[in-house]
Amino acid sequence: MKIKTTILTLVFSTFLSLYSFAGESPVNSTVERDVRVEYGEFKNHHLLDNHSFKLFKYETDEKTKYVSFPLPIILWDNGVQTFLSSRFYFGKKVVEHNGSFYKLYHNKIYKTDKLGTINYDENDKVLNEMPLDFSITKNVVLILICLVLMLVIFGRMAKSYKNNPIPTGIGRLLEPIVLYIRDDIARPNIGEKHYKRYMSFLLTVFFFIWIVNLFGLTPIGSNVTNNIAVTASLAILTYLITTFTANKSYWGHIFWMPGVPVPMKILLAPIELLGTIIKPFSLMIRLYANITAGHVVLMSILGLIFIFKNLLGGTLSFGLAFALSLLELLVCALQAYIFTMLSALYFGSAVEEHHDEH
Amino acid sequence: MEIPKIIGAGLVVIGAGIGIGRIGGSAMEAIARQPEATGKIQTAMLIAAALIEGIGFAALFAV
Repeated sequence: MKIKTTILTLVFSTFLSLYSFAGESPVNSTVERDVRVEYGEFKNHHLLDNHSFKLFKYETDEKTKYVSFPLPIILWDNGVQTFLSSRFYFGKKVVEHNGSFYKLYHNKIYKTDKLGTINYDENDKVLNEMPLDFSITKNVVLILICLVLMLVIFGRMAKSYKNNPIPTGIGRLLEPIVLYIRDDIARPNIGEKHYKRYMSFLLTVFFFIWIVNLFGLTPIGSNVTNNIAVTASLAILTYLITTFTANKSYWGHIFWMPGVPVPMKILLAPIELLGTIIKPFSLMIRLYANITAGHVVLMSILGLIFIFKNLLGGTLSFGLAFALSLLELLVCALQAYIFTMLSALYFGSAVEEHHDEH
Repeated sequence: MEIPKIIGAGLVVIGAGIGIGRIGGSAMEAIARQPEATGKIQTAMLIAAALIEGIGFAALFAV
C-alpha cells in the first residue's frame, strides 16, 4: 500500500513539475547568439511533433550530447522503407537506405542527393521530393501510451465490477467522473432514451483528451492535442456519429425548417447545412488553439528568465509560470469536458424528437 | 498590411473578453440568486464561454 502511494505521489508530482526540464537548455556558452532568437527557435521546436524522443542534452568539453530515444521511421517511397531515426543525428546526417538518400530538414523528411542538398524556389519553398511519411513520431508514441494506460485502467475497473459493485483502487477516483459524464453530460443533453448508445464514445473521448493533455504538462514536453491532425480526427468522429445516427426530424430541420415561410426555408437550408460542418470544425479549432495558446504563453513566460537575466525577473517569471501551470492543469480537464459536452449536445440535436409542430 | 490585421485581432479579442466577462458576471449573479441551480448555471456558462472563445482564437489565427 505504501509503495502504491509513493508511486502515485511521484506520478502526480511529475505532472506538476515545470517545463524547464522539458528540453535542451537554450543558452549556448560556446557560440554567441541572440538569446531571444534562440529561445524562439527552441519554443517553436517544442510545439512541433518530432521524429525522436529527446529527453535532455548536456555539454561536455566542446561537444553537445543528447539523451534521446530513436523512433522508427516508416516511409512510402517505392515500397515501405523503415529505419531508425537515430541515423539522422537530429538532421545533421544524410541517411542512405536502399539506394536513396533522405534528409531530415525542419522536422520533415526529404529525398536528397548524396550530399543532402536542399533546393529552394524563389519563395523559399523546398523543391525536394517528399516521400509519404507514416513514421511513429513522438505524438504517436504518446497516443499509444495513452491507449495502453486506458485499456489497463478501465479494463481492470470493468473486471472489478463483475465481482463487487463497490469500486476499488483507482476506480474510486474515476467512478465519480464516469458517473458525472453519464448523469450531467449525456443524460440531460441526449435524453433518457438514447444516451446509452453514445456513452462509450463520450467516455473515451473525455479520458483520451484529458490524459493526453496531462502528458503535455509532464517534463516529456510533448503535446498531442497541439497537433491539429489529432483534434481534427476527434472532431471528424463526432461529425460522423452525428451524421449517421441522426433521425428524420434532424434532417427535416436542416433541409426544410418547419414553421417558417417557404422562401425562408430555401434560404435557411444551405446555412444549416454549413452549420453541420462548422460545429465539428469549431470543436477542432477550440481544442487545438486552447492547448497551443497555453503552451506558447507558458513557454514565453519561462523565456523571460533568459531575457531579464537577473534575480527579480527570474523569480517573477518562475512564479508566474508556476501559477499558469496550475491553470493549465484546470484547462486540461476543462477542454476535455467542453469537447465531451458539445459532442453530447450535437448528438442530442441529432436524436431529438419533436412531437409538437412549431 | 500587418498593423491593421493586428489591430483587428486586438479588437476581436477585446470583444471576446467583454463577452466572456459578461457571461461570468451574469452567472455569478444568477448563482447568488439561486444557489441550488449552481450546477446547471455553470454548465451553461462554460458552453457559452467556450463558443465565444472560439471566435477569439479564430481572430488570433487570422493574424
